[in-house]
Amino acid sequence: MTYQVDDRGYYGEFGGAFIPEMLHANVENLKKRYVEIIYEADFQKEFDNLLKDYVGRPTPLYLAKRLSALYGGKIYLKREDLNHTGAHKINNTIGQILLAQRLGKKRIIAETGAGQHGVATATVCALMGVECIVYMGQVDIGRQAPNVARMRMLGAEVRPAMSGSRTLKDATNEAIRDWINNPEDTHYIIGSVVGPHPYPDMVARFQSVISEEMKWQLKEKEGREQPDYVVACVGGGSNAAGAFYHYLDDERVKLVSVEAAGLGVDSGESAATSVLGTKGIIHGSRTLLMQTEDGQIIEPYSISAGLDYPGIGPQHAHLIESGRAQVYSATDKEALTAAMELSRIEGIIPALETSHALAILDQMKLKEEDIVIVNLSGRGDKDLATYIDHLDELT
Amino acid sequence: MKNRIINLFDSKGGDVLNVYFTAGHPELNDTAKIITALDSQGVDLVEIGMPYSDPMADGETIQNSSQKALKNGMTLSLLMEQITTLRKSSDIPIIIMGYYNQMMQYGEERFLQEASEAGVDGLIIPDLPMDVYAKQYKNLFEKYNITMSFLITPETSDHRIRMADELSTGFLYVVSKSSITGSSSTISDRQKAYFNHINSLDLKTPRLIGFGIHDKATYDTACEYAQGAIIGSAFIRALEAEGGLEEKIGKFIGRVRS
Ligand SMILES: Cc1ncc(COP(=O)(O)O)c(C=O)c1O
Repeated sequence: MTYQVDDRGYYGEFGGAFIPEMLHANVENLKKRYVEIIYEADFQKEFDNLLKDYVGRPTPLYLAKRLSALYGGKIYLKREDLNHTGAHKINNTIGQILLAQRLGKKRIIAETGAGQHGVATATVCALMGVECIVYMGQVDIGRQAPNVARMRMLGAEVRPAMSGSRTLKDATNEAIRDWINNPEDTHYIIGSVVGPHPYPDMVARFQSVISEEMKWQLKEKEGREQPDYVVACVGGGSNAAGAFYHYLDDERVKLVSVEAAGLGVDSGESAATSVLGTKGIIHGSRTLLMQTEDGQIIEPYSISAGLDYPGIGPQHAHLIESGRAQVYSATDKEALTAAMELSRIEGIIPALETSHALAILDQMKLKEEDIVIVNLSGRGDKDLATYIDHLDELT
Repeated sequence: MKNRIINLFDSKGGDVLNVYFTAGHPELNDTAKIITALDSQGVDLVEIGMPYSDPMADGETIQNSSQKALKNGMTLSLLMEQITTLRKSSDIPIIIMGYYNQMMQYGEERFLQEASEAGVDGLIIPDLPMDVYAKQYKNLFEKYNITMSFLITPETSDHRIRMADELSTGFLYVVSKSSITGSSSTISDRQKAYFNHINSLDLKTPRLIGFGIHDKATYDTACEYAQGAIIGSAFIRALEAEGGLEEKIGKFIGRVRS
């Protein structure tokens, strides 16, 4: 069994490119050229240099001793929160801006939910002096004011998505519509391992630096490259895809995906896509998604805007269906509690998305000898308003 | 029975008017009333949009009509019922336009069979790729006597235009420019050059030009360069104005074809 994309753009039965003809030329061009471009020596050199000097990579692999004492095993944190702009998202936007330049594109569009991908896109556009338009659901603009301000300060135009439920999926629709209207000069920087092929694979390759570093870092610390578990939260699934990438074919490493349960998986207010979802098509990809019997896409719910997406990347659908990855879910409350706990015992305030990954350590029933890496996908600065709202009940 | 769309293009070589609207909009049970009125106005072909939560290729007008229709309670099975009833009194060719996920969740064969039994003649599924259609569905469409129209755009290569021409039955959908639905500007020289180019390819399938066709001037121009045109968003906007359905529809079609 292979867990990487095949030459038709599928992961098992998931993936593909179900797009209207208006997008075909651009997506086909990307598909033909992305592999060749990103493995050119000069691309690789520029990418590596920017990741090192601008983003601050490699990010540390940190043994969280007090967290380990609490849950058993040896728990390492892969510190993606220490990246420039505060999350893993920038690994992808650096890669895609370099690619856009080589495709001769002069204008960048992106979608964003919590604003992390929007900020990471606005950042690389500022760095390269390229026009940047970020679509963001009107509801999210209200919820994430500091990130909206950051994007504006970085010179991006933030356009409210007024359609549908006015959140992440609608911002994605608006970005796609913009691309249809501007096929010649524009590149669409998708923020996760979603969308039509080749996006899921391309974004995973840019994020794969996470597990590439994990391997040599763990080797230095433990004398072996492979942990027993890699744990990551899954919204669309890009931080998880990057953390899993170099371990996919090593079955000794158990892959653990954590979804947002919202108020509870069966509460009607949840984003636990792999449990609540069925096979279908969202944003050009065949995957698992939350939908009605009539195929209308259901708006999910999570306290974390970055996990509030009704689908998952097609590779994750395949990993879950094939049993290669194990899925857990964490509720809003469990995530908030985990955020508070990590802050108190390790001095690290995690992003709300990441807190979902931390929240399931208890359920894993770790053994003393287990080595676990949790991908600490982002820092909690952007979530302070939410944390402040809940500070009293949590302390 | 011979397919009504094929019949239409066999008997009429130009000035074919295809009007699009969203099922279940403005009111849930307007579907049949709208088609009856269009039929009596001499419209050649109707295209019924199945409202979708996430219509990727559509502009604001169709997004809003779709959302309204869903709120009104529109579903695919209700649409099949509405068409079945309408068929007792109207023989106008009918196309359903929707997104692939809708057909997939309904069950592809069930969808085609029920559509065929209800009296639907053709489908347009803009996000169903040609190669997937050719491999998985072409035979089923033939079995149920339903035509398929693929889209071509100014970005489509000649090679793909020929593929779309080969696979389309009924007519080929010529998207007038690189845009989502609902724009309303005049037709530019660049667009005319693109239409001329398509006409020079000696294609087998009749062609209708759609996207941005919104008034008499754009309709007339489209008819100069193809067998006819498709009007969508502009018609939906006309339906949303004050007044009785029949009167609004009569006025709108009258203006386009005056
Ligand atoms: C810190 C952080 N982690 C995770 C995610 C979820 O995205 P993905 O599943 O693509 O990693 C986000 C998205 O905004 C994020 O900001």
